[in-house]
Amino acid sequence: MQTRKKYIFLTFFASWLLLFFFGGDKLRRFSFFSGRKGEARRNWPHWTDRSLLKSFADPEELQSDGDPSLPSPRERRAARLSVYKNSRCRMETCFDFSRCEKHGFKVFTYPRERDQPLSESYGKILASVERSRYYTPNPEEACLFILSIDTLDRDHLSSQYVHNVDEKIRGFPLWNGGRNHLIFNLYSGTWPNYTEDLGFDIGQAMLAKASFYTESFRPGFDISIPLFSKDHPQRGGEKGWLYQDSIPPKKKYLLVFKGKRYLTGIGSGTRNALHHIHNGQDIVSLTTCKHGKDWQKHKDTRCDKDNVDYEKFDYQELLHNSTFCIVPRGRRLGSFRFLEALQAACVPVLLSDGWELPFAEAIDWGKAAVVGSERLLLQIPSAVRCIHPERVLAFQQQTQFLWDAYFSSVDKIVHTTLEIIKDRLLPHRSRSRFLWNTPPGGLLALPDFSTHLGDFPFYYLQHGSSPSEKFTAFIRAISPASSFSQPILRLIQAVSASQYCAQILVLWSCEKPPPPSGKWPQTTVPLNVIQGRGKLSDRFFPYVAIQTDAVLSLDEHTSLSTSEVDFAFVVWRSFPERIVGFPARSHFWDPEQRHWGYTSRWTNELSIVLTAAAFYHRYYHSLFTEYLPAGLRELADGLAACEDILMNVLVAAVTKLPPIKVTQRKQHKETVPQQVECKDGDVGTPSTGREQSPSPPRSPPAQVKGTVAGGRRFSQQQDCLNQLVDWFGYMPLVSSQLRLDPVLFKDQVSVLRKKYPRLEKP
Amino acid sequence: IMCASAKYNTRGPALIPRMKTKHRIYYIALFSVVLLGLIATGMFQFWPHSIESSSDWTVEKRSVHDVPVVKLPADSPIPERGDLSCRMHTCFDVYRCGFNPKNKIKVYIYSLKKYVDEYGTLVSNTISREYNELLTAISDSEFYTDDVNRACLFVPSIDVLNQNTLRIKETAQALAQLSRWDRGTNHLLFNMLPGGPPDYNTALDVPRDRALLAGGGFSTWTYRQGYDVSIPVYSPLSGEVDLPERGPGPRRYFILSSQMALHPEYRSELEALQAENEESVLILDKCTNLSDGVPAVRKRCHKNQVFDYPQVLQESTFCVVIRGARLGQAVLSDVLQAGCVPVIIADSYILPFSEVLDWKRASVVIPEEKMPEMYSILQSVPQRQIEEMQRQARWFWEAYFRSMKAIALATLQIINDRIYPYAAISYEEWNDPPAVKWSSVSNPLFLPLIPPQSQGFTAIVLTYDRVESLFRVITEVSKVPSLSKLLVVWNNQNKNPPEDPLWPKIRVPLKVVRTAENKLSNRFFPYDEIETEAVLAIDDDIIMLTSDELQFGYEVWREFPDRLVGYPGRLHLWDHEMNKWKYESEWTNEVSMVLTGAAFYHKYFNYLYTYKMPGDIKNWVDAHMNCEDIAMNFLVANVTGKSVIKVTPRKKFKCPECTAIDGLSLDQTHMVERSECINKFASVFGTMPLKVVEHRADPVLYKDDFPEKLKSFPNIGSL
Repeated sequence: MQTRKKYIFLTFFASWLLLFFFGGDKLRRFSFFSGRKGEARRNWPHWTDRSLLKSFADPEELQSDGDPSLPSPRERRAARLSVYKNSRCRMETCFDFSRCEKHGFKVFTYPRERDQPLSESYGKILASVERSRYYTPNPEEACLFILSIDTLDRDHLSSQYVHNVDEKIRGFPLWNGGRNHLIFNLYSGTWPNYTEDLGFDIGQAMLAKASFYTESFRPGFDISIPLFSKDHPQRGGEKGWLYQDSIPPKKKYLLVFKGKRYLTGIGSGTRNALHHIHNGQDIVSLTTCKHGKDWQKHKDTRCDKDNVDYEKFDYQELLHNSTFCIVPRGRRLGSFRFLEALQAACVPVLLSDGWELPFAEAIDWGKAAVVGSERLLLQIPSAVRCIHPERVLAFQQQTQFLWDAYFSSVDKIVHTTLEIIKDRLLPHRSRSRFLWNTPPGGLLALPDFSTHLGDFPFYYLQHGSSPSEKFTAFIRAISPASSFSQPILRLIQAVSASQYCAQILVLWSCEKPPPPSGKWPQTTVPLNVIQGRGKLSDRFFPYVAIQTDAVLSLDEHTSLSTSEVDFAFVVWRSFPERIVGFPARSHFWDPEQRHWGYTSRWTNELSIVLTAAAFYHRYYHSLFTEYLPAGLRELADGLAACEDILMNVLVAAVTKLPPIKVTQRKQHKETVPQQVECKDGDVGTPSTGREQSPSPPRSPPAQVKGTVAGGRRFSQQQDCLNQLVDWFGYMPLVSSQLRLDPVLFKDQVSVLRKKYPRLEKP
Repeated sequence: IMCASAKYNTRGPALIPRMKTKHRIYYIALFSVVLLGLIATGMFQFWPHSIESSSDWTVEKRSVHDVPVVKLPADSPIPERGDLSCRMHTCFDVYRCGFNPKNKIKVYIYSLKKYVDEYGTLVSNTISREYNELLTAISDSEFYTDDVNRACLFVPSIDVLNQNTLRIKETAQALAQLSRWDRGTNHLLFNMLPGGPPDYNTALDVPRDRALLAGGGFSTWTYRQGYDVSIPVYSPLSGEVDLPERGPGPRRYFILSSQMALHPEYRSELEALQAENEESVLILDKCTNLSDGVPAVRKRCHKNQVFDYPQVLQESTFCVVIRGARLGQAVLSDVLQAGCVPVIIADSYILPFSEVLDWKRASVVIPEEKMPEMYSILQSVPQRQIEEMQRQARWFWEAYFRSMKAIALATLQIINDRIYPYAAISYEEWNDPPAVKWSSVSNPLFLPLIPPQSQGFTAIVLTYDRVESLFRVITEVSKVPSLSKLLVVWNNQNKNPPEDPLWPKIRVPLKVVRTAENKLSNRFFPYDEIETEAVLAIDDDIIMLTSDELQFGYEVWREFPDRLVGYPGRLHLWDHEMNKWKYESEWTNEVSMVLTGAAFYHKYFNYLYTYKMPGDIKNWVDAHMNCEDIAMNFLVANVTGKSVIKVTPRKKFKCPECTAIDGLSLDQTHMVERSECINKFASVFGTMPLKVVEHRADPVLYKDDFPEKLKSFPNIGSL
């Protein structure tokens, strides 16, 4: 070993000497040695008179850039309306903003005609719109119109091609040259050129189209959507496949492709070259010629061998086991492959020149995909090899975030499309690119709530800020006005004694007027009464009076001590995006009944924290009221204690995280005395009897014994949970096995050392 | 392959033995001879060369007036008009750029010429001050090449910044005769003032075929997205006036308009606003009765009041930027410089560098028709956001507007990012002002994922020679249900690990890694053998943790996979007397660190510890043989911005073998050393990243009055 090194050094030395003596002249030709200084001379010269040069424009001219001979701005705006139409449409010339002013952003779908064929995918799109919070059945109110004619497949060779679209739409009285219409399309053009032609005149309608070519894309007007299959789920959608953040990305393959090779026609340029990068080891690029009826006719020498190799690998297996996936153009620019790779956390390497990427107006694809150039295919292997492992990890996570936020269901694709359009209507109330590209994503960050990052619960770390240091206690009172129940007095006293309490709001959910302000207990913090509208979902209405980030939601019968409140708030400040509270519940899958169960028994896990005593961010009031469709809130209004579950499901769907349970001083042994109900039909079953004393479980948690009323309520909660799961399309709740206690909780140390000794009193 | 990335070593810590001393002398001697040779060669090569070239240096000292004159015949070819359908993949020749390890495009600048027509009349001003600055900036940048054959992008020295100063047809002819013109492929033109009367086109009217245009007034109809670059209209005031950044706080006016020669229609709308809102709106115009010698561009007037421009901009929260004959306005630059939030009223205008800059963070765009509602729209912007927008506006000016150099380099970087998208600059780098970059945290494990329980964890035991204790730890840890592999890091080079048959028989694979040096950082090396995300670092004397305690720790880690999850917690405190940080191991109500004598964390942090630890911390730890745990706590908190999670009541590790030396005096020096570590690390990180919390994690039913046998983790241990 040592001797070998010695020889290497000697040889090195000798060659240096040789070079020195004989090769000096030749050496000069290597730019490495000779020229840096020489080259520097040919830089842009430093002119001797550069300080005398004139400016490119006269300063006064720069600052007063007007021309009195120009037409007035109003005339100019009127004139451009006639010029910039059809293929040159923009929002300001082809969209009637005034339609959206009175009723806001409302979307109307044309009534479906019975004899009209409707593909599965288009049916889902229409259903998504109709389920969204923007839907209106009244065209008078509408800002945006969506046809009931299926325009998804405009390949006239296809069986789903709808004929005579032009004729039909001209018959619609609302069509209005396509103004304020949105047309969805997945396939345009046909063999051999697959042009962007839809086979009918869309006029001034916006186009939401898959495989959009940049040249025909009207920026700021059209929307590029991803190509999705007819099996794409309506809602919910599958999860991404990344379950492990590993570094370096340990996957069997670096780069894979498996697909058709086109020997002729559009797209063959790229598809015919993909096999070149196959190395049989970490780069697998397999192509087959076997497609179409007459592939044998065009067959070349590679085909037979390729076809054999092709069968050796399984597409799904490659997808699962590769870090990067090549997503080349097909005949059209987009392919199913794109969403497949995204879901699989296989970083897409796009080879589809001129493709306006899906939702590129909002999504920063540079964070989730490698946008390659078809012409530089051969550079792709070295380029992806050079991407740092941390970057790959970030790519992978971003694919999963984007998949889950915008693509995993037809609902999400359609809602993203609508939100992008909505953002254009009020530019000052729209999402910044940051909101679109950071979890939980644009659909869950409502610009109507705020456009300031620090107002949301999700971005404190990225924003470098922290949640406010005070909270608002929000107590729901449903007792009649005449007598104050003792619990609410005690509660107000305990909460107002907290050093973090900014104000107390009482939601008066009773038809009888609240007691006059003099009758309320004296508190050190302001106490205000809000008159509710008698609905259960009232408690999650975004009242302007709530000014702090944190809301402590309470029922009038909740019993809490000041220490508990203090400690829980301090914990919440560490987890501002979650619900942090006291009594917890859990859900479970009941395999016999084949539905989800809900239990209040003591279990080793929890997935719901009751909002009868919980801290959460006030933004969730806005999400609850504005993001959820009215139907869900009606559901919550109709079922007992469903609004609680809905809130938990909502927060879990947003954060993908469980709630946090904190120490509760003692379990409340006494059942809450039955209250005289407020005579108010809408309140429904009162929440007074909410189980405060969970019974010890027998595992697995099975049927709950109790009073008839209790049983009914549980079945209602179960019912609620199952309906929510159905609406969300999956079970968003996440279980947790932990509880957060003060650091010295129940430790064998002096009580004097403990900050929250009162939490331990039996 | 040539990768710019540092390939990281997956083989384990460096295993090269140190050179023996006698060889070392030999090598040093050899090396010096080679070095001497090198120097001699260098002298030989460069000396005569620079003498030869000295005559060329004089060329530098030239005047713009001395540049060669080129006569353009009247019939010389004119390029096609700009092709609106051009995109990078259709009109740009990427093959010229090639793959290079630095991922930098090469830019060539044509040498300066004076163009005259057949009659000897100048076609345009030879070059403006700004264009000269721009070309100088490019030539001084990393993008520059003087080798026309290696260039990917060509920048003509023909100055087309202002269309009004040039003759369109002849300028086009001048472009067409450039040596590499080739229909304008890969040529980049800079233009700030496009169009001219009467129609004021929004892009340069000079026919330019396929050339890319960096233009200062694009509308959505002339801008070729992804091909052209929208640039600002440079304001020469940027260089003249020094406006210090103004901090947040109330400003005198809410809305201010400073533009002269506004169209009367706009002005009347503004005046209507002012009539409604009185004092908070200030509409300025040109001063009519200035005394001689006062430059009109530096003054603005309202009635008889005279204001200094651009200083007055700093007095307002929002500053209106309304289109004139053109869409791009130089005033935008002044407004940004003043840290005033621009209110942009110019329908269909493509904002400068909109491909990369998120203007929603720095400006408010209001459609022309909505001008009457401007006041109420602006009032709806939250105050805290206004302050951020002001900071953002100023940052945009500092980074991308303040000089021709900034404009040139941003333009080239945008084109560079298109050609090497996988090395592109991120949204955050483009948009976050330094203050945000500094204070914000971007967690590398940002996806909320709860890893599946089935994956399990890998326990890593760092050991030296306490074999007996080690074996007990192995036996204990192997009882934890979710353990999937056990890795023993044998840190003793003088002694071999015990023979295979002697090791305890456990149900999971057990691997022994031998290290080259006895270093503490070996504990945090990302060994290939670690196949799980979760790592349990455990000392070879930690035998008191129960199986339930460890399993629970793992479950907690799954819920917080981006944090350190450990048992005994520690705290850092600010010592007001000594004015420095202090390490605290008392049993306090707060924690900010956990000991890594037993702690769960993500394998990613091993990678960070080994390759990305800032400063000399890693070496410092190895040299002092202490504080590797504090370093890990700092690292994780710094990169995630999150606190540690302390689990269970456990307060200390009582190791049977160390009780003997657990004396008071040793304890004292230990505390001093640990405090020193905290101060050292805080200075290296430049901040104190540790987060203090008051909670710990216990099982849901911990200490609850509930049958123990029904609890998942009944045996959770004690202090």
